[in-house]
Amino acid sequence: MTAVLDAAGGASAPAEVFEAAVAADERIEPRDWMPDAYRATLVRQMAQHAHSEIIGMQPEANWITRAPSLRRKAILMAKVQDEAGHGLYLYSAAETLGTSREELLDKLHAGRQRYSSIFNYPTLTWADVGAIGWLVDGAAITNQVPLCRCSYGPYARAMVRICKEESFHQRQGYELLLALSRGTEAQHAMAQDAVDRWWWPSLMMFGPPDSESSHSDQSMAWKIKRHSNDELRQRFVDICVPQAESLGLTLPDPDLRWNEQRGHYDFGPIDWDEFREVLRGNGPCNEERISQRRRAHEEGAWVREAAAAYAAKHREADA
Amino acid sequence: MTTTSETGTPETRNSGTATPGTATPGSAAPGSATPGSGTAGDDRLTGAAAAAAIALGDDALVLSHRLGEWAGHAPVLEEDVALANIALDLLGQARTLLSLAGDEDELAYLREERDFRNIQLVEQPNGDFAHTIARQLYFSTWQELLHDRLARGDVPESAPFAPLAAKAVKEVAYHRDHAEQWTLRLGDGTAESRERMQRGLDALWRFTGELFQPVDGLGVDPSSLEADWLARIAAVLDRATLSVPEGPRRNGWTAGAGRQGLHTEPFGRMLAEMQHLHRSHPGASW
Repeated sequence: MTAVLDAAGGASAPAEVFEAAVAADERIEPRDWMPDAYRATLVRQMAQHAHSEIIGMQPEANWITRAPSLRRKAILMAKVQDEAGHGLYLYSAAETLGTSREELLDKLHAGRQRYSSIFNYPTLTWADVGAIGWLVDGAAITNQVPLCRCSYGPYARAMVRICKEESFHQRQGYELLLALSRGTEAQHAMAQDAVDRWWWPSLMMFGPPDSESSHSDQSMAWKIKRHSNDELRQRFVDICVPQAESLGLTLPDPDLRWNEQRGHYDFGPIDWDEFREVLRGNGPCNEERISQRRRAHEEGAWVREAAAAYAAKHREADA
Repeated sequence: MTTTSETGTPETRNSGTATPGTATPGSAAPGSATPGSGTAGDDRLTGAAAAAAIALGDDALVLSHRLGEWAGHAPVLEEDVALANIALDLLGQARTLLSLAGDEDELAYLREERDFRNIQLVEQPNGDFAHTIARQLYFSTWQELLHDRLARGDVPESAPFAPLAAKAVKEVAYHRDHAEQWTLRLGDGTAESRERMQRGLDALWRFTGELFQPVDGLGVDPSSLEADWLARIAAVLDRATLSVPEGPRRNGWTAGAGRQGLHTEPFGRMLAEMQHLHRSHPGASW
């Protein structure tokens, strides 16, 4: 962000500099002045994003030990590893706003910060790994590509790296489903069942309808967000329909049809009651996901303490 | 660290460089499970060389699987990354080695417990983080010494393994370093971590004798690595303020038993989980 000079040639008030930078599509950087609410919104959103990456490891890691070929096992392990890496980037990016990873994790474990509702659904078959790649990562990319132009520099730069890997994962998921769809009858049925279960939760990933989205207007004004929830959801549906056709799978929506006038696919109503229940903690796996996260953290406490004690001793020894 | 998903492409091998030994009784050579074996122009190893590839491949496959169980459970996010990374390297090694001897998936998913040739050390359950690190320290220190020797390719029998070993030795040096760094931190960390690390080292000590049992067809006698291995382990444990465990490292059950297809009880359950899906859909491709 470059300083904006007022007419008299002096520096403007910080708020004006901030507004001007956002208006000019310049990046806000960690040392720049920013409104408290902008900072708080970003911390909330980036924390939720980081938490989603690390909670999102669980449904997929659930299948690492059962992956049906060594090639698929390697792909899945690499993917789960990437997700841990994305979590690390995003916590680092959030830390530039004056918070810490420990603090954010504590809030996650205490249920005071959220992660994406999608990860509260169980992975019941191998095909779910493909459906997650194709649909869940696909929805995430649709959401995240515009974030590469987000007004906050560290977040935007993290997203550039993350989106590259995510689109790779999405293609792998599609390819996994394609192999199943073209495989035996049982494999095809497994793929269809997974798509049936993951389709609607994937559409919910774009958040509540625009009419009910509480943070949207301000986030759009600050250029944290570039498109509305409904816009992105429509874009995602338009992308998925032809992909489902080439996969040889159907999407579980009887109302899905091309609308010539709009130039988009129309689709059926989303069950927002289910969405709200999952957000309230009553989804199928909310309890398991957060318990496993807490358990990993608690059971690892002695390891982190050991590392800290060792580092302290050796700092003294080296001093 | 970026890891590509296609880690296991078999190294192509000049035919004629290998000196296949004679088939060993009870060898894990895949026989009828391997459609391509023995056909003209086939690049695959046969006999003792194939059995050796399977033995080393099984070590890597099984340890990779155990490390994969950590995904999402590690004490810090950096360790989720590191353990998955090591697991991936090992899986890549396993795929290369098994492909030298047959079809990687048939070998991994369609053999019974008694046909696996991995040492018992790598099949041991993860336990706590210290237990996992102790297992990794013992194994990767050995693996580094072995691959360093195999990479030289100066023995005719080991020539088929030289390209793999040259690549793997860089990976296993990283694995060994990771295990050493954690052994130091845990040993010289808090009283609790020190106790846990010592307990892990003690509990797995009896399985280490098997590292030095002969592997026919390898061209390197693992017993020649033992003195170096002991010296390296002792040096790390000394720096970590830990003691080298006492007691037997071999007995009737642990000396070479895994290499003969005699495993510990948790291994069967591990295989049941690993193979279930593949076996449920005979002939399917994934």
